Amino acid sequence: MIVRISGEGQFRLPDEDAGRLNELDNRAVSAVEQGDETGFKELWSQMLELVSGDGNRIDDDELVESDVILPPRDVTFDEACGEFTGEGLIPD
Amino acid sequence: MPGLAGRMSTVVKAKISRMLDKTEDPGETLDYGYQKQTELLQNVKKGIADVVTSKKRLQMQSQKLEQQVVKLDTQARQALSQGREDLARTALERKNLAQTELQSLDQQVKELEGQQEALTANEQRLRQKIEQFRTKKEVIKAQYSAAEAQVRISEAANGVGEEMADLGLAMQRAEDKTETMRARASAVEELEQAGAFDDITQLGSGQDDIDRQLSELTSGAQVDDDLSKMKAELGSGGGDAPALEQGEEKA
Repeated sequence: MIVRISGEGQFRLPDEDAGRLNELDNRAVSAVEQGDETGFKELWSQMLELVSGDGNRIDDDELVESDVILPPRDVTFDEACGEFTGEGLIPD
Repeated sequence: MPGLAGRMSTVVKAKISRMLDKTEDPGETLDYGYQKQTELLQNVKKGIADVVTSKKRLQMQSQKLEQQVVKLDTQARQALSQGREDLARTALERKNLAQTELQSLDQQVKELEGQQEALTANEQRLRQKIEQFRTKKEVIKAQYSAAEAQVRISEAANGVGEEMADLGLAMQRAEDKTETMRARASAVEELEQAGAFDDITQLGSGQDDIDRQLSELTSGAQVDDDLSKMKAELGSGGGDAPALEQGEEKA
C-alpha cells in the first residue's frame, strides 16, 4: 500500500498495516466530531508514526500514485475539523 | 484499499484531483510542457523566496526587540535605584510587552524555517520525478506495444501529477501562512511606531496615551513581581546607583 503524507512524500507500507491505519483514521474522525483536540493530536501522531516508522520511503525516481493521501504533518485541529468531518466523499 | 477510502484521505485526495483538473492532464503537461514545467518550478522558487523574505523580516524585528528588552531592563534598574518606581514600572511594562511579542515572533520564525525546508525538498523531489519521467517514457516506448506503452506512460504521468498537485497544495498553505505572518509583522511594526517599546529616556513628562494602553495590556501582576525582584536585587547588591543614561531625570 502506498501512502503519501502531504508535503512530505510517499511511503510503501506492508498491506497488514492497512487495517491499523484505517482504525486510527476512524478514531481520528470521531475525535474531531467530538471536538476532542487532545485525542485527535494523539491519534494523528500515531498515524504518522505508523506511516513513516513502518513504511519505507519511496525513491524520487519511482513514479506511482498513492492509495491514500494524508494531510500535512503539521495539520492544525481547525484544518482537521474541515477535513475530517461527516462521511467524507466516499463513505466506507 | 477497500475500507480505507476513509474520510480525510478521501478529502485530501479529492482536493488534489480538483487541482489536477485545474492543471490539466499531467501526461500532456509532461509531454509538451517544458514551458509548463519551467513555469511551475519557477513558481515554487518564487514561493520559497517569499517565505525567506517574511522570515528575514520577522528575524529583524526579533533582533530589535531583543535589544529593546535588554535596554528596558537596565533602565528599570537604574530608575529604581534612583527611587523612581513609576519610571521603573513603565519600563518593565514595556519590557514585558516586548518579551511577549518576541516569543511569538521566534515561534513564527521557526515555523517559516520548517516551511522553507519542506518546500525546497518538495521542489527537488518534483524536479527529479520530472527528469525520471522523461527517461522512463522513452524506455517504455521502446519496450512495449503502443497500447501497453500508453497505459504505462499515463500511470507514470499520474505519479508525477500527484507530486505536482501536492506541491501546489504545499505552496498554497505556505502562502496562507506567510500572509498571516505578514499581518503579524505589520501589527508589531505599528506597535513599534506607536512607541510601545520605546525606552524610557524618550518618555515625556507624565503618562501619555501609550502608557495607559500599556498598563492595560501588560499583566500588572507580572510587573509587580519583576519590580519586587529588582528591588530585592538592588537592596542586597547595594553599592553606587548608576545614573540614568541620557535625558537624565532628577530623582
